[in-house]
Amino acid sequence: MSTRDPNKRLGQDAIANKGWLVANKWLLLRRVSQLGILALFMVGSWFGVWIIKGNLTSSLVLGVVPLTDPYAFLQMLATGFLPAKTAIIGALIVALFYLLIGGRVFCSWVCPVNMITDAAAWTRRRFNIKSNHAPSANTRYWFMVGTFVASALTGTLAMEWVNPVSIAHRGLFFGMGAGLWFLAALFIYDSFVATRGWCGHLCPMGAFYSLLGKAALLRVAAPRRDACDDCMDCFGICPEPQVIRPALKKAGQDSPVILDSRCTTCGRCIDVCGKQVFRLTHRFDQRSSS
Amino acid sequence: MNAEKPAERTRSPEKTTVSPGRRKFLSGMAGAAGGGCLMAMGVGIYSRQASALPALALRPPGALPEPEFLAACTRCGLCVRDCPPGILKLAAPGNLIPTGTPYFTARTGPCVMCENIPCIKNCPTGALDPKLTDINDARMGLAVLIDQETCIAFLGLRCEACYNICPVAIKTDNDITHRAISLEKRHNPRSDRHAMLLPTVHSEYCTGCGLCEKACILKESAIRVLPPKLAQGKGDGHYLKGWEEREKHGRSLIGDQLELPVRGLENKPLGDVRVYDEPPSNTDPADTHGSDPEDKQ
Repeated sequence: MSTRDPNKRLGQDAIANKGWLVANKWLLLRRVSQLGILALFMVGSWFGVWIIKGNLTSSLVLGVVPLTDPYAFLQMLATGFLPAKTAIIGALIVALFYLLIGGRVFCSWVCPVNMITDAAAWTRRRFNIKSNHAPSANTRYWFMVGTFVASALTGTLAMEWVNPVSIAHRGLFFGMGAGLWFLAALFIYDSFVATRGWCGHLCPMGAFYSLLGKAALLRVAAPRRDACDDCMDCFGICPEPQVIRPALKKAGQDSPVILDSRCTTCGRCIDVCGKQVFRLTHRFDQRSSS
Repeated sequence: MNAEKPAERTRSPEKTTVSPGRRKFLSGMAGAAGGGCLMAMGVGIYSRQASALPALALRPPGALPEPEFLAACTRCGLCVRDCPPGILKLAAPGNLIPTGTPYFTARTGPCVMCENIPCIKNCPTGALDPKLTDINDARMGLAVLIDQETCIAFLGLRCEACYNICPVAIKTDNDITHRAISLEKRHNPRSDRHAMLLPTVHSEYCTGCGLCEKACILKESAIRVLPPKLAQGKGDGHYLKGWEEREKHGRSLIGDQLELPVRGLENKPLGDVRVYDEPPSNTDPADTHGSDPEDKQ
């Protein structure tokens, strides 16, 4: 129907049709989730009430439930060290959760680096930065395998030395040090060098969680895809734009569900769509207007 | 891609059988593989190079030997959270200590050796070994009286700060037996009539908690907790200590020894090595004590 007006901001139609709050619903919920999880770790050190203690790599909820990042756990196994039961149980709990809910739900709802790279993506849009030297999006999978090999060869959790996710989260609670420069470099890389460079192309942790969520139940779908007016707002905002087309345009699939496991289930497409094409649903929801 | 093959052959059968689509796919794959592997290599090399633990950074009690520890520690900080005096820290990036791993510095914050060892309790992986149940069995390092030139006990003064603070001791209501640091009485050759009480560390008892290093009254501590590897030698095992063997076997292994008298020390009890030109007079000891030998002439 309409082609995209270059002066129009992303999601303008959605705000006009739904109101600002609804047009930012999922974004706001995600920020509440991300900051809320940080706050849960924080209240312990501020008030001595430990709801969750530790950091994203390993933690203890209410002094009872252990949680361990399965990616770090696999690095540990790669070194040849078999950890104690607690870590095994913790890794199983986390792996099972993301297996069902959607691996990359971690990326958009939990990971603190998401706020940095979202800020970089916003900077790109705001200042209309077009330069893009992004590496292949498959680099992350090779990198991920490489980190396991590196762990096996060096006998340490190799990626944990430089993993920006761990550096950011650990830094907030245990001292940032030079990690701040590292995260600043990440922001600059995503802002000026490569669109969604880290999260969408390089992050081995995201790659791991995407593989973990291959068969996840919670998915975004485009049930009202016939209402799509090709405004391209969803493609413009999506951190993994290639995942939308199969569901929205029936490219290679009939199902309206976004099945690509690289989708982070961030829900921004739902937000910015003025025609309310998208909704959050489950994997087997085949309802579709076309 | 197979469908493209026949068309490709008719166009240039002798030149190539790789379609542009496949070429793009392969080069993209090679780029991803090359880039990914290169990054992983960088990470591997960096993590290996940055794995050295500086000598003054000590691991919490029960930490596995360093190479194993680096494989086992997830860097979650639960030990840091559970440390009652709060001396444990996680190394920040840019610090010379392996990033994210827990450590403490004896001089600024020594381990107070909690009896229930809370730092080990919640370690999810066993990087801090739960088999350590008696804190006195911890070996975080080994205290070494490293500088005899500045230690004031070696200068002939009484200090005993490190000796008194050492927690590895058996305490009863009215007595205390220090085990990891003892004061060894030595003759002071400078005054020739005083004793020096020298702090001496015993490796079989020292836990490496670092309280002595913290307590040292000097500007820079003369006693320091070092990794045992830096602090200790190791014999080949073929040196037998005669006095130990004699104890073990009830006799000397090489038969009875002829004890020759030492001239000047005849009739002296063992250990009394004072040599007198004349037999000691019966003057008041307070009189001679502290006065210069030359005064007598």
